[in-house]
Amino acid sequence: MAKTVKLLSENFGKIRPDSLEDYLNAGGFEALKKAFTMKPLDIIEEVKKSKLMGRGGAGYPTGSKWEQLYRIEKFPKYIVCNADEGEPGTFKDKLILNYDPMKLIEGMIIAGYVFNSNHGYIYIRGEYPDSQNIMQTAADVLEKTGYLGENILGSDFSFHLHVRTGAGAYVCGENSTLLNSLEGKAGRPRKKPPHLAEVGLFELPTLVNNVESLANIPYIVLNGGDKYASFGTEASGGTKLVCLSGNVVNRGVYEVRFGTTLREIIYELGGGVPNGRKLKLVQIGGSSGPCFDETLLDTPLCYDATWKNGITVGSGALLVVDDSNCVVDFVKCITEFFVHESCGKCTLCREGNKQLLKIINKFTEGTASEKDFDAIRRISDAMTNGAFCGLGETASRALTTCLEYFKDEFEEHINGKCRAGVCSFEKGGE
Amino acid sequence: MMEKIRAQEVYGIINKHNKSKEQILSILLEIQEASGRNYVPEECAQIVAQELGLSLSKVYDVLTFYAMFSLKPRGKYILEICKSAPCHVNGSKNVRDMFEKELGISIGETTEDNMFTLQYSSCFGACDIAPAVKIGGKVYGNLNEQKVKEIVDLYRKEGQ
Repeated sequence: MAKTVKLLSENFGKIRPDSLEDYLNAGGFEALKKAFTMKPLDIIEEVKKSKLMGRGGAGYPTGSKWEQLYRIEKFPKYIVCNADEGEPGTFKDKLILNYDPMKLIEGMIIAGYVFNSNHGYIYIRGEYPDSQNIMQTAADVLEKTGYLGENILGSDFSFHLHVRTGAGAYVCGENSTLLNSLEGKAGRPRKKPPHLAEVGLFELPTLVNNVESLANIPYIVLNGGDKYASFGTEASGGTKLVCLSGNVVNRGVYEVRFGTTLREIIYELGGGVPNGRKLKLVQIGGSSGPCFDETLLDTPLCYDATWKNGITVGSGALLVVDDSNCVVDFVKCITEFFVHESCGKCTLCREGNKQLLKIINKFTEGTASEKDFDAIRRISDAMTNGAFCGLGETASRALTTCLEYFKDEFEEHINGKCRAGVCSFEKGGE
Repeated sequence: MMEKIRAQEVYGIINKHNKSKEQILSILLEIQEASGRNYVPEECAQIVAQELGLSLSKVYDVLTFYAMFSLKPRGKYILEICKSAPCHVNGSKNVRDMFEKELGISIGETTEDNMFTLQYSSCFGACDIAPAVKIGGKVYGNLNEQKVKEIVDLYRKEGQ
């Protein structure tokens, strides 16, 4: 039986988010006190040992990211927390922001100490106004009690936290875009290189980490990287907050050890598919993530095992789709999302998504032909290889992976048949 | 035309954020909320440009880029139906139909009494209670015909 663990989620619902007393009673700020007795490089070493991989979706080793920024000898440096959580089906960072904001702040202060950075920014999406208020309240409490601001805990280290809002743009979850938005600009991505570690916020060296990544730092500092790593697998240290959504009985966020299989998560924790329906497909990592069928359900949640099977851990979103849904209609929904969210900066993403949607509409309207498969391949290849940022690179992934697993259903649509009875074939078909 | 918001209020919001360019999103969102009609009037955008030392086109670059801003007056309450994949597979289309029927408007429109605007939204992280709708900072989930009716009634009363 798959089990959840309470390593990161330990305080959820147990402490009041605005109560320093509650947080201290739960062991809060012990990690910060310990960090102040350690050398920055030793802290980075623990983060490396922890095998913590970036929890926003890219899965880049956090320790390596920290080491790169540490070696850059330009100051000031900035700490930025990416709380844009816009990937559909992802709602885990919200729990950290709402239920344990001080842990995230503690992680950010530790990062600030490591890089001798005095300013941290937390960019919270505009759709989470409650989370913004909770974070701001927590920050105010900590400022008043000496955990934020000048000379933290009587040390000579100072750290100021700024809570900032987004205003509804998925692309701002991309780190360079997020920094532009933080600077008060429209959310368009930057050319990389230079990397954000060198030229980041206000063109200064910057660390950008996801909420879940930073919130894991206090545990790693307090208990050691090895201890954290021991919760996971050889390649993926620790635990992951997974978000179960879609056609599944127990939707919600679960903290699991890396190595738990997708089947265990969906069937044992999630209770499987409701209403006697059958599982048709799973999309992992949000709308930019790949889709697959039940043949991959025994894949363990783990960065290398998922990559081996052509999928990804991504943000930890698991969207379960049952057989009452039409796969073409499903990718239409995803592609409409990307048409809306493309920032328009690069042609491949702006036009590519529009053209893909046109072709998908041909399938749902009953006017598609075999030639359209080639067009999809050409457009998606161009986008994947040539788009300016991660949004355009991954926007067609749901479509191409659905074609891999469910091409027969697309072919049925050419012949005017939708087995789920969802598509109307307004312009042709039967 | 300025509906309810006064220039004084706009200056107040800008000053609260120390006339900081980097806080333009907060400034514009607060102006929009204070407008009473959920939009940023041109006169306000001009004041923002002037006070922050930005060109008006830069302010509009921001205003037209982010989905949360509107240049046109909207209803007192914005009903945002999530149309992202997790809500889609839980029947968000039916929810749209229910709201359209209950309000007598189509998606994208505002009711005649300027009380409600019905629009789509990208995922706002309520996937565990999909299909969901967001009204201001509040989120309602697991929607069905009964709940949709109750929500509309609730806001109709509150908005009177």
